[in-house]
Amino acid sequence: MSVVLEQIFQVGFLAAIIRIATPLAFATLGEMFSERAGVLNLGIEGIMLLSAMTGFTATNLSGSLWLGVLAAVVTGALMGALHALFTVALGLSQHVCGIGVTLFSSGLAYFLYRLIFGQQSVPPSIKSFETLPIPVLSDIPVLGPAVFNQFSLVYMAILAVPLAAFVLYRTPWGLSVRMVGENPRAADSAGVGVIATRFQAVILGGALMGLAGAFLSMAQFNAFTFGLVSGRGWVAIALVVFGRWDPWRSAGAALLFAFVDALQLRMQASGLGHIPYEAFLMLPFIFTIVAMAVMSRNAVAPSALLKPFRREER
Amino acid sequence: MPRPAPLIEMRGISKSFGAVKANEAVDLSVAPGEILGLLGENGAGKTTLMNVLFGAYAPDAGEILVQGRPVTINSSADALAAGIGMVHQHFHLAPRLSVLENLLIGIPGKSGRIDRAGGLARLGEIGRQHGLTLDPDLPVSALSVGEQQRLEIVKALFRGARLLILDEPTAVLAPTEVDGLFSALRSMAAQGLGIIFISHKLNEVRALTHRCVVLRHGRVAGRVDAPASTTSSEMARLMCGHEIVPPARGPSTPGAAVLTLDDISTSRHSGMALRDVSLAVRAGEILGIAGVSGNGQRALAEVISGVRAPDAGRMTIAGKIVSRFSPREVQALGLGRIPEDRMTTGLVTNLPLADSMVLPRIGTDAFSRNGLLRPDAIRAFAEAQIKAYDIRCPGPMTRAGALSGGNLQKALLARELAFDPKVLIVSQPTRGLDIGAARFIHEKFLDMRAKGCGIIVLGEDLEELLMLCDRIAVMYEGRIVGTLASADATIARLGLMMTGAEGHG
Ligand SMILES: Nc1ncnc2c1ncn2[C@@H]1O[C@H](COP(=O)(O)OP(=O)(O)O)[C@@H](O)[C@H]1O
Ligand SMILES: [Mg+2]
Repeated sequence: MSVVLEQIFQVGFLAAIIRIATPLAFATLGEMFSERAGVLNLGIEGIMLLSAMTGFTATNLSGSLWLGVLAAVVTGALMGALHALFTVALGLSQHVCGIGVTLFSSGLAYFLYRLIFGQQSVPPSIKSFETLPIPVLSDIPVLGPAVFNQFSLVYMAILAVPLAAFVLYRTPWGLSVRMVGENPRAADSAGVGVIATRFQAVILGGALMGLAGAFLSMAQFNAFTFGLVSGRGWVAIALVVFGRWDPWRSAGAALLFAFVDALQLRMQASGLGHIPYEAFLMLPFIFTIVAMAVMSRNAVAPSALLKPFRREER
Repeated sequence: MPRPAPLIEMRGISKSFGAVKANEAVDLSVAPGEILGLLGENGAGKTTLMNVLFGAYAPDAGEILVQGRPVTINSSADALAAGIGMVHQHFHLAPRLSVLENLLIGIPGKSGRIDRAGGLARLGEIGRQHGLTLDPDLPVSALSVGEQQRLEIVKALFRGARLLILDEPTAVLAPTEVDGLFSALRSMAAQGLGIIFISHKLNEVRALTHRCVVLRHGRVAGRVDAPASTTSSEMARLMCGHEIVPPARGPSTPGAAVLTLDDISTSRHSGMALRDVSLAVRAGEILGIAGVSGNGQRALAEVISGVRAPDAGRMTIAGKIVSRFSPREVQALGLGRIPEDRMTTGLVTNLPLADSMVLPRIGTDAFSRNGLLRPDAIRAFAEAQIKAYDIRCPGPMTRAGALSGGNLQKALLARELAFDPKVLIVSQPTRGLDIGAARFIHEKFLDMRAKGCGIIVLGEDLEELLMLCDRIAVMYEGRIVGTLASADATIARLGLMMTGAEGHG
């Protein structure tokens, strides 16, 4: 058993956690901004997939990684705007529209991918992100190679957490976001544009989901495949609840999930071969369900979540 | 007395919701330093008019002038910019955010950040000026209703309001809190602010305002230039369009006890626990339970209506011991109840009115057979009650939540009285209702009393209790601290007992 444990907790283990947590952190922060403003975005799964595709394609065609990231972010923002158009401007059901956005984006992603690349015997590829060691910091034992020898997108995710907390809690815009998610009527009567604020938050959320997608196709897997997102978007929705709609806690939730996922990967690779690998694959999801059940009992959602705002309605 | 030039003026304002003309050609003006009373029955259009002024509703016709100049107010942001602030009847606050955050919403920050220091300074300053102090870091959910209202007022002043609109601010306050509000409003008026004060309570309007405008069915029904020297009945006549005669409570000959409580105690679940409460209501008697809210009335109402079982003690209804304390049991024994909160525990707001009207008796043969509902019977019952109680609504299938407060209360009353209860328990029966609707409810209670029903009225409105009740018990910290025959009771004496200052009377 100790051999197994040793194999699991190698130097690379920490690094793997960070890498797995990165797209989850982007996606979770994105969903959190949207929900804080009162808009559930079930389009997240599809938005991540479509952004992964556009990012990958843009890089493949242009040869520029950052152009690809930009394409993914713009894609996410646009799909966010689409979701906001339905749910915020038109006040339609957030559940139905979100699932619609996911189905539409996924379909569009596969369709455009085939349209652009056709049926190739060798799948298209890109020269993906490479790790960028940060001088001095990457020399710290254990922590250095794990945290400070990563893709630049990982550093962005690490910075995004305090930045999100700052924006949400310390800026007037963040206060407006929280207020329209709690009591849009109060925001309206204080002169804050409810519709505009919600649009902005959902678009920002979409852009962050786009970053998550870009990371998957351009850093983690270096390819666009049909099962690329495989439920990470849904997990992010659970992590937002688990993280109680707070940037720090949400990031913590993403790390915890990533830990279980990394563990699961190691266990698959280790000497426990007599257990079917599907059993390990289930682990992170079982963890999510249990964690949600235990931790989310007294989590309280933003009061106006799911509720459209119309001024003259009582 | 010549009045200074108006601070704001509304001219010929009209606003309709579908077929309902909520406001029709209304003119109104307020001068600096003036407190204007806006009066009218429920549904007269007061809130709508003020929402037009505050930019929440777009008027169909008319214009608004601020200091003589016409302005277009398309949103609350425009209204705030024009110096108009409003305290809504249902507060516009986010309970989970702090006082300061609720205050600073929509205020531009300082170098990209929320200007916390600036906010604290202004909060302190406004607090000192008008006696409106608040703890900036408490979440709003931890504030009392009175403090939340204070926050709403401070919010308006913070944004530089020169005109402050208050929509029925006293409806949610305890009598002691009203005094604090009035002194703050007077202090603001003394500094040149204009104030529009909406209320049903004529004595308050007479005590506070300099001038009144009375609305009826969306139109101006009259103006009162000297409220202090105008009688309440004159104002009531303007509001309703006819004389309002207070109902006379004749002598009664109470019969046997229909409800008794012996040493009832509860544990502290939510709110104040009951401690050894004993009381008896006799047939043909109205017993009032007075007390500042939070002193156990809610627990008492819950025990009597079978929502909560006591830990100790005995209760009987019509001579039979209540054993299980379920709403169904007490109802079967002959208890009717009208809960405190019409919207949350009284009715199902998203269902048709007819369904809510039969809900407590949905399982009885009258409304269901073999486990299936009888929609025709339910509808016929609701239609009959709507007619009998003059409930104003498009029909029995209207969503209950769309009715006004007075009509909801009538519907609840109709639903209970249709089954001739032996005992009726009501909490705050006329809270938020106008005089006309309140009179109607009072008359029904007195009718029931004459028919031999025992009635318990829980409330804070001492004037109402004194007018209605034969005896008044006072609750303080979960106990009954004394019971007075209403002939011996005065507002002052009851008020004193309610603060726990006087023991058994
Ligand atoms: N948002 C709304 N939608 C539809 N009808 C409304 C709305 N607001 C008010 N009304 C109607 O307009 C009339 C006036 O209501 P309101 O201004 O609330 O009266 P008040 O404040 O004097 O009690 C009522 O008949 C009410 O039902
Ligand atoms: Mg009103």
